[in-house]
Amino acid sequence: MTSLETPRHRVEGLGSAHAGVQQFWRLRVSGAALGILSFWFAFVALGLVGAEQVPVLSFLQHPINSVLMGAFMLVSAYHMALGLREVVEDYVHTNGLKIFLLLLIRLLAFTAAIAAAVALLRITIA
Amino acid sequence: MADIPQAGSRRPRPLSPHMTIYRWPITMAASITHRATGIALAVGTLYVAWWLVAASSGPESGAFELFRSISSSLLGQLVLFGFVWSLAYHLFNGFRHIAWDLGFGFETRTANILSFLIYGLSILVTVLAFALVYAGKAGYFR
Repeated sequence: MTSLETPRHRVEGLGSAHAGVQQFWRLRVSGAALGILSFWFAFVALGLVGAEQVPVLSFLQHPINSVLMGAFMLVSAYHMALGLREVVEDYVHTNGLKIFLLLLIRLLAFTAAIAAAVALLRITIA
Repeated sequence: MADIPQAGSRRPRPLSPHMTIYRWPITMAASITHRATGIALAVGTLYVAWWLVAASSGPESGAFELFRSISSSLLGQLVLFGFVWSLAYHLFNGFRHIAWDLGFGFETRTANILSFLIYGLSILVTVLAFALVYAGKAGYFR
């Protein structure tokens, strides 16, 4: 049977990449992890809001707190990169702007994750 | 020209009514709010990263004092209120998303009630958190 695909469609090579399910799961699993971590973070933020540097440092120097804060920031950056990507892919249809925004999202997410990790290492090692 | 079947047709194609025509159902507002709070939380993540970097900087750099003076200003407190509400909303509605993925909560009545409930609960939790802080029961604001 001859294909129903038009010659142009075949040349463009567009269509499903068959990788969407993986992205769907990554967003859900990181979201579920944040669902747990957020309760801890909300409790911490409530206790430390407006705090001076010394109580913040003594809180973050406790290994459990630095590990949980690191986990919260890394998973947040990951979930943020995936979520913002979904928004851009849904609404931005000009190629140049889309590629620029997708790169910008990765830049911001990586920067936030690395900055938080380095900051936590400096606090715990110092 | 198999790729554009409508080419040459002069008559405009019928359009379905769009967002500006409909009165928004609560579920639609809830869905849009989930995305909007998600974008707000991305900014919030950068904000928390700034807080950590400032805390890790030595006291002589003044980085943490700069963060404190900006975050405790009136505008800073408004931003914090928005951040806390966004987190509460995105968290509660995120749990609903997981329930949807498992196949629950699609009945119109359930979806409508839950949408109202999530708006109400997220506002309640946020106001409660700020009441605790301003009453001096939590945090360091005095």
